[in-house]
Amino acid sequence: MDVLSLLADGILIALEPANLLICFIGVVIGLFVGAMPGLGSVNGVAILLPTIFFIKSSTGSDAAPMIFLAAIYYGAMYGGAISSIMLGIPGASTAVATTFDGRPLALKGRAEQALVTAALASFIGGTIANIFFTGFAPPLADVALRFGNPEIFALMLLAFATFVGLGGDDIAKTVISIMIGLVCASIGFDVIGGEPRLQFFDLAGFSRPINFLVLAIGVYGVGEMLWTLHTTRGDSEMSKAEVSVAKIKNAAGNTVKEGWRGTSIGSALGFFVGILPAAGATPGSLMAYGVSKMTSPKKEEFGKGSIDGVAAPEAANNSASTGAMLPMMTLGIPGSPTTAVLLTGLVLLDLEPGPRLFSDQPEFVWPVIGSFYISNFIAVIVNLAFIPVFLWMLRMPFTILAPIIFVLSTAGVYAATDSMFDVWLMFWFGLGAFMLRILDYPLAPAALAIVLGKITEETLRQSLQWSDGSFGIFFNPFFDRTGQGETFWIAPIIGWIAVVLLLLPLFNLIRRKFAARRAGAEGHWQG
Amino acid sequence: MRIAEIVMAIALACLSVYIMWKSGERPSWSGEPRFANIGFGDDGAPQGGFWPFWVCVIMLISAIVVIVRAVLRLSPPSQSNEPYLDGHGIGVLIKVGVPVFLMVLLTDFISIYFAMALFLLYYTLFLGRHGLVLSLALSAVLPAWMYMFFDIAMTRNLPKGVRAIEDTIYVPMGNWFRDLDSALLGVFFLAGAAVLVAASLVRRRLAA
Repeated sequence: MDVLSLLADGILIALEPANLLICFIGVVIGLFVGAMPGLGSVNGVAILLPTIFFIKSSTGSDAAPMIFLAAIYYGAMYGGAISSIMLGIPGASTAVATTFDGRPLALKGRAEQALVTAALASFIGGTIANIFFTGFAPPLADVALRFGNPEIFALMLLAFATFVGLGGDDIAKTVISIMIGLVCASIGFDVIGGEPRLQFFDLAGFSRPINFLVLAIGVYGVGEMLWTLHTTRGDSEMSKAEVSVAKIKNAAGNTVKEGWRGTSIGSALGFFVGILPAAGATPGSLMAYGVSKMTSPKKEEFGKGSIDGVAAPEAANNSASTGAMLPMMTLGIPGSPTTAVLLTGLVLLDLEPGPRLFSDQPEFVWPVIGSFYISNFIAVIVNLAFIPVFLWMLRMPFTILAPIIFVLSTAGVYAATDSMFDVWLMFWFGLGAFMLRILDYPLAPAALAIVLGKITEETLRQSLQWSDGSFGIFFNPFFDRTGQGETFWIAPIIGWIAVVLLLLPLFNLIRRKFAARRAGAEGHWQG
Repeated sequence: MRIAEIVMAIALACLSVYIMWKSGERPSWSGEPRFANIGFGDDGAPQGGFWPFWVCVIMLISAIVVIVRAVLRLSPPSQSNEPYLDGHGIGVLIKVGVPVFLMVLLTDFISIYFAMALFLLYYTLFLGRHGLVLSLALSAVLPAWMYMFFDIAMTRNLPKGVRAIEDTIYVPMGNWFRDLDSALLGVFFLAGAAVLVAASLVRRRLAA
């Protein structure tokens, strides 16, 4: 029970007054960020990333800034439901599925039921995922410790392949997005040879790789704001909710009775979807909604205000956000755009993400994991207690929120990079993201690729150096790496899964062509 | 939308070709021809230009796929008859994008905090129509908060504009703030919040 004692220590540290306060502030900010339409966990975490230096210098611990960022992430998962239910527009993309049934419930005059169900399901989803996380993370980190360059490159390939195979967006556009991220990461110097490269127009700003924050704030701050202004034309009407202790109790009872199925499906499914690099909380919640609708005995209620229909996506998005932390903490691969920002946070704090984190920095890892439990708990309390306050805040007009985000983005980039060049780059990225977004280009792959770009290139080149230029090192278990006839299975297994995922869209295309031809033939017979 | 899809894909294809060209560049001291560095070296390992070059080859192929799909009307944007940017979208760019551009541009001259204040005033007063009192309060309090947070609390030196502005305003102000008790900073912060609440109440009063 080594893990349990480590976890108990971690929770005790997370319960120290300073950490508790940070957790509380983070959760409140997260709830707000999640509840405001147009702002999600990524935007919140990216724009507030520069504050980690301040938190680190005032608390003196590495864990406190991460606790803060993770608390924002959790809070945002809870907050998204509030505007989905009350305004009918999702507060964050992760809460899209919550509108399907949350909004009808609110229109029926049962808004408080939907809000309470969302909060409780989120809490249960988050807690179950935390238990999974605690159980899975240390063994996974142990396995990952034995990874060499070929294994890590195979993992990176897998991360990109999941985007292509499972992303669900236009594949060519997904690939372009990934490649833009990779190019941005390779600007400046060749890390192995030490030669300058891609220094466009000989500008000094291009003599180093483009900072992830610059791209993230450009895309998720400026670009997203422009896009939201472009797409939300009219104002929406807010539902009324009267909240009292008796009503909350009653609603909680209903949640247990009618929402247990959705909650359990969402909690389990969300976690495993969240682990996949391409997926994250948004597809996790959509899938959980679909599965609980498919398996429900009362299918016809879905879409008309089913409690299960609120519980499933809300449990799933919280569960998935914890799931996305698992590869981020153990392998150094972010499972979602938000965890990509968290990963950058780790790097900024001079911590090396990856399997060594668990063995070298237990005094960092376990308090952060402990804080997951705590912030989940704080979030459900704050959420239930402050529902009226959040309803009041939702009346803040977008015309005040939007300029604040623009201003914060500008100041945030400068504070983090000390360079006007990067502020300009952030602006152009934002504009470009807006133009690409209208044409359905997914931008999350670019954000992940710019984070993973350096390590992908390094591990590829070092592995090939090792194998004298043969790609067999990634795919052939009998490839003789050491000259002693040893076999290495991990890299080939991961590598081949990646190849299958990359080819998955092609299989689907062929199958669809076949199906179409057969349908055509049958139609001919009937005719 | 179809034309825009094709134009954007062509632009991306050109970008990838340019980066391919650029990644083949050799420093003048090496004396090697262009594109000598995109393959495998004598040690069997890929050289410096390998990665960006082949990444851009994949990007070019993808861009061509997008173009072909758009020409054949296979992708959703190319099937849509809506304009790429309608009047509203262009309005967003002109009314919001250009002012953000100007804010970044002005930062080097009148300091980031004054540029912010102007932008906030413009946005809340002209786009948001929130009334003069609330707009002025917002555009005074928010930059002040950020100054206290970034420059004083986090000791990050954000751009202060030209010398005249830096010397006459920021240097004395910075000295004054740094001599203060940190508890007083909290008081100032709360005072700012009070101003904002008061301003929003004034507006509601006037509206009623």
